[in-house]
Amino acid sequence: MPLNKSPLTVQTGAAISQGLNVVALVSIGMHPTSGRQRRAELDARAVEQGLRLIHTPATPQHSAHTLDVVHCGSTDTPALKQYAGMGLPHLTILEQPTQNDPLPSLIDYLQTTRADIVLAGMRAESGESSGMLPYLLANTLNMPIINSVAEIISVNQGQVECLQALPRGQRRKVMVNLPCVITVDMAAAAPRQSAFGPGQRASFTSVPVKETADTVRLSWTITPAKPRPKRMKTVKAKTAADRFKAATAKPEQQGGRVIAEESPDNMAHMLIDYLLSEKAISTANKQPN
Amino acid sequence: MNETDTHNPHGLYRRDPRQEWIQRNRLHPLHGQVIHPKLTEQRGPSGLIRKNPHQVGFIGPHGIKRIDRMAGNSSQPLSLRRAPVTTDIPLPLIKIVDPGFYIAVVPDFSGGHLSAHDKDILGQAQALVDEISQARNQVGAVVAIAFGDINATDLDTAGVDRLIHMCDTQVEPTASMYRQLFNGDYNPEACLSVLCAVDSQLNPLHWLLPDSTHGGFDTGCRLAAALGERPATQVYQANAKQVIGRINGSTQDYQLETPRLLMLSAECHLPVDETRHEVIELPIQPLLDPLIQDSGSPLKPQHITSLGLMNVDPNAIPLAEAPFIVSGGNGIRQWELFHQAAKALGATEGASRVAVDDGFMPRHRQVGATGTWVTADVYLAVGISGAIQHMQGIGQCRKVIAVNTDPNCDMVKRADLSFIIDSQVFLEALLNALKPINNEANEHAA
Repeated sequence: MPLNKSPLTVQTGAAISQGLNVVALVSIGMHPTSGRQRRAELDARAVEQGLRLIHTPATPQHSAHTLDVVHCGSTDTPALKQYAGMGLPHLTILEQPTQNDPLPSLIDYLQTTRADIVLAGMRAESGESSGMLPYLLANTLNMPIINSVAEIISVNQGQVECLQALPRGQRRKVMVNLPCVITVDMAAAAPRQSAFGPGQRASFTSVPVKETADTVRLSWTITPAKPRPKRMKTVKAKTAADRFKAATAKPEQQGGRVIAEESPDNMAHMLIDYLLSEKAISTANKQPN
Repeated sequence: MNETDTHNPHGLYRRDPRQEWIQRNRLHPLHGQVIHPKLTEQRGPSGLIRKNPHQVGFIGPHGIKRIDRMAGNSSQPLSLRRAPVTTDIPLPLIKIVDPGFYIAVVPDFSGGHLSAHDKDILGQAQALVDEISQARNQVGAVVAIAFGDINATDLDTAGVDRLIHMCDTQVEPTASMYRQLFNGDYNPEACLSVLCAVDSQLNPLHWLLPDSTHGGFDTGCRLAAALGERPATQVYQANAKQVIGRINGSTQDYQLETPRLLMLSAECHLPVDETRHEVIELPIQPLLDPLIQDSGSPLKPQHITSLGLMNVDPNAIPLAEAPFIVSGGNGIRQWELFHQAAKALGATEGASRVAVDDGFMPRHRQVGATGTWVTADVYLAVGISGAIQHMQGIGQCRKVIAVNTDPNCDMVKRADLSFIIDSQVFLEALLNALKPINNEANEHAA
């Protein structure tokens, strides 16, 4: 892609002398087929973005950036070691039962550590997987949030410049003020491979937190997912003949324009006009290099 | 004396054998014109339509009177059939004078159109309105909120009773804050402030948003966080009492009492199809009052600035989600020309199975049932006659353009615009025609 391929530049504002405090939130993923616990695809991408941020060469103006990978849950979850194997010397665990609400403890933690950038996946692979947690964090901590980020381009002057992944493979460049919450899309760079040994050797810092039970969740009825019925193609025909035709007929000409007796140049111009009217091309259509 | 007899200047009646032959042969294309020279309805003195029983039907080939009771539905080919009298019966218009409650919908309006997902959600909203109306014994309305330019013409049949449309032209100059906000650009903070204002003023019973990557998910989460509501996400069945949605990475269903904010999956409900609704624009002036700040809505200063869309290499976009595809098939002899044309158009390249089997294009570029099912907005098929597998693969495409030498091929039948011409000649002409446009664009860019 002809996107900005220059190495990531990170410059904090002149007022901020110390490096960025990047926090990545990770959850436990679930393999879609086997159901086994694993590092979540999106959260691993968030950690990858965080590692890329802190591994930018240090400049004289600021000290090194730090990446803090935080998980709410239990320390003895084997999948956490897969995150640690990406090259993280230690992980922070806000220890609490999995069915609890992680939000209050996270808010407390982020307020005390003063995170500059909070990275997270768009949606968890297990649990409620509503995707609301980053938004609730941003709302409570009064930080702007930017969703489905494919790449963090640069951090300077107290602003983060990032590429947002849109449907149909499009990208949008967005500037957002620090401190901010960034959720990472599947279009972001694939996470680096997890190494087993370093993962086993990583230390887990357990932070005691006040437990908050999620009472609303107790009222839900949770069942294994039923396959959703396919929508039937219903034919709204008034007469039996119409219904018969709809069931049997080959697609007839739908009234499209057929242009035969024209010069090739005229045809080409007609096509261009049509494409312009359909907004498939634009006159300001730059050729990608 | 026959109708078909002519009266010549000498006062003699002359028979016209050809006219009689056409009259007898009901398969003749001119048969209808001969039988009913002027098929107009006649009204009697009281205004009632009068039928002349002698003019019903026609005389068959054996001189027997025939009455066509198929009313234009006979199995004859279209060209031989008299055009059926089509009367467009307008769908009944549902008018809601003074709504007792509102259900708010924020459709994606991606590209300014209502997507199928948006229509499903409007259908769901109308179903909820019906259900709640009966329970409460008061009428309600569906209010849709749109940002920026929209060019959807089917809002009435999709089920929009009220519309709040935020765009530059409609915002009063007094509200200078809102002037540059909704010009189609990404502005989540301003959208959120408007939604919060709508919430405080209309107090809708439910908020319905598409759980989609086109912006519905983002808007829904922002709104839920700002309103302090816990939303139900990935909902695929909903009524006024309870909803069912997917949870735990879509491996489990959860069933809960209908919350105020719902984020619904595609195909959650059938779209509205048998009614029309009056799309009345609600005044937006009250929404722009300083009330917004007073109501406690989080109208924060601008934290997020959009720098616009980036140029993306079209061939790096996955074929299944590319918006504009140029596809080549057996009719192409010079593939270099095809690649040049695709590059000049800025389109993603596709191919038919023949082109792939012959080794001109890689396998991952194959469009069709055995390759990739594409969802392009515009699909340009050059030299593809349209095997049924290929037609299945392009079933989701909005507009299809065909370039082919055979005017009777299936692709031309499916296409919205067809050019009957040799592909090589056409591609050369297209490259010539595109040159000035691309030069101009490059000058602009420089």
